[in-house]
Amino acid sequence: MVQLTMAKAINEGLRRAMADDPKVLVMGEDIGKLGGVFRVTDRLQEEFGATRVIDTPLAESGIVGTAVGLALRGFRPVVEIQFDGFVYPAFDQIVCQVAKLHYRTRGNVRMPLTIRIPWAGGVGAAEHHSESPEAYFVHTSGLRVVAVSNPQDAYVMLRQAIASDDPVVYFEPKRLYHTKAEVHLDVDPADAPPMGLARVAREGTDVTVLTYGAQVITALDAALAAEEDGISLEVIDLRSLSPVDYRTIGASVRKTGRVVVTHEAAREAGVGAELVASVTERCFHYLETPPVRVTGHDIPYPPAKLEKHHVPDLDRVLDAVDRVLDRPNSLTGVEL
Amino acid sequence: MTTVHTLNPMADLATDVDDVARLLTPAGERVVDPDLQQWIEDVDIAAIQRLYRDMVLLRRIDAEGVALQRQGQVGLWPPCQGQEATQIGTARALRADDFAFPSYRETGVVYARGGKPSDYVLAWRGEGHSTYNPYELHTATQQIIIGAQSLHAVGYAMGVQRDGGDQVAAAYFGDGATSQGDVNEAMVFASSFGAPVVFVCTNNQWAISEPVSVQARFPIAGRAPGFGIPSMRVDGNDVLACLAAMRWAIDHARKGRGPAFLEAVTYRMGPHTTSDDPTRYRDKEEVEIWRRRDPIDRVEALLRAEDAFDDGFVAEVAADADALAAEVRQAAMGAVTRPPLSIFDDVYAEPHSGIDEQRAAYAAYLDGFAATQEG
Repeated sequence: MVQLTMAKAINEGLRRAMADDPKVLVMGEDIGKLGGVFRVTDRLQEEFGATRVIDTPLAESGIVGTAVGLALRGFRPVVEIQFDGFVYPAFDQIVCQVAKLHYRTRGNVRMPLTIRIPWAGGVGAAEHHSESPEAYFVHTSGLRVVAVSNPQDAYVMLRQAIASDDPVVYFEPKRLYHTKAEVHLDVDPADAPPMGLARVAREGTDVTVLTYGAQVITALDAALAAEEDGISLEVIDLRSLSPVDYRTIGASVRKTGRVVVTHEAAREAGVGAELVASVTERCFHYLETPPVRVTGHDIPYPPAKLEKHHVPDLDRVLDAVDRVLDRPNSLTGVEL
Repeated sequence: MTTVHTLNPMADLATDVDDVARLLTPAGERVVDPDLQQWIEDVDIAAIQRLYRDMVLLRRIDAEGVALQRQGQVGLWPPCQGQEATQIGTARALRADDFAFPSYRETGVVYARGGKPSDYVLAWRGEGHSTYNPYELHTATQQIIIGAQSLHAVGYAMGVQRDGGDQVAAAYFGDGATSQGDVNEAMVFASSFGAPVVFVCTNNQWAISEPVSVQARFPIAGRAPGFGIPSMRVDGNDVLACLAAMRWAIDHARKGRGPAFLEAVTYRMGPHTTSDDPTRYRDKEEVEIWRRRDPIDRVEALLRAEDAFDDGFVAEVAADADALAAEVRQAAMGAVTRPPLSIFDDVYAEPHSGIDEQRAAYAAYLDGFAATQEG
């Protein structure tokens, strides 16, 4: 067991996946000598050479589109999209090609691509560098979509994503890149919990908080604060957004009867909307109060100095907890 | 070779269809092209007869597809009449283990790669998105998104480099696709990495209703040198020129010299697809001019001049075409639609709980009807 930042854990995941399988390639902008703008691919080119750690032209559709061809030839490309907001030029290739080739060819062609996306805000970045595009990909059948929240998951789930014969969009929360935690590097990814399973990050009895990515940390902080008020939050780290592990969620909702969903992506037609709808369909009779969403606003990502008003913080999560508990101090109850 | 990068960039020659390399005139007379000649030294009369047969069969498959659409047996058909020389000439230059990446109109490429027309007619009938295994034909499933496959071809070629193989990837796309970012990105990647890929741009003059002049002010082949890719502009209705040029391009790529680019100047005689009405946007006179440049007629003229077009040969080709057309028709008419739950197959390679749940729910729903009928 070692102490690693999430960035180092992902780096180690890439290194071991490449060492184990010569068909694994890493490609993206500035990932070679520079080691990526977040240094996630640090020293990989030195170790595996420029034909396996490929500095690409600055063309996101080109990166993903050529990875499709490499996969067709039997490789397992791991592509890095430099920033979340740069994935849109590659959207057509991801949605129309990567997601559909297996279906289109009735299973003859596999697309074992991993698309790594440094993701979401909270790091004071420039415009287009703090986007949360996950709902676009969750809406696309044929893709698996995962979001990691800690170094151990980042390491294991990356290896599972690379080993998967399906394409995986792998979201890495930028604001957790430098948080350290214990990581078991020798865990066999095949024996670890599959990336499709959710994780109960904290057990509780009063309210289920559903979240993913960096927002897991916010939810855990909220749980600590709520505990002081005698309220017990159960925090579920979804880990996978496609598929969603409704078994784990359902068990929690049956226990608590109250649901808060929080993510920093915009609200309208977001992942939270899907979670609330699905939980309501599946667990209506167990619900004591309507589920509540705490999300980013339906605005373009604001300038860095204002982002704290967009990304839900501990207080906004606690306010939502008050609402689902029908507590009088809720600030944001809205009557329709 | 007729590379055009020395032309004045202000030249308005994108539509000059006679500024092309050629081995066979529209009248069917052989001409010498110093660059192309060496690539068809081995092509004897028997080989030309085979090319002729391929083109006639392709035209027949295509006509059958259109007829089946008119009869409601297939939902849509993208005709390729007029483009037979481009498709057959270039595809016949590929080795079986090279990998082709055709667009939706390259019926002839799929046919030349060994695809059964009776299979792929089912795709246009709506029975399946692709009806062949790409790995069996070494041919990607036909691409509908304009230009997307050009990047796949480059990626595949990059894979060949890493495997140490000597295969070549061939990316087929139309003149309209050259306006797409993907085609331009494909040329950047191919050139930067020296990938063994051949770009085949079928300039058939029209992207649905938009003439090539909307896509290009300058001959399309003239762009490739700007990417560091040698190019050639050939008469796309001259099957010998297409074969020779493709052999040059493949040889260039196979020898590790990087990508090559062909612009085959041809014409789409029919509509874009059977849903389209070309009389709304182009003149009859233009179509007539191209009718006189027919790729099959000119080979027929050549074979006649060589005394290689006797009744026996003609009857044999006609019988083959009839048989193939009957196969296509039979396949469409006799198609058996897959069972409903197969729509959930192959969305993922590995189990996905969301899909599994929806499949189970829809199965239960369908079973409800069965139970009602039984009751």
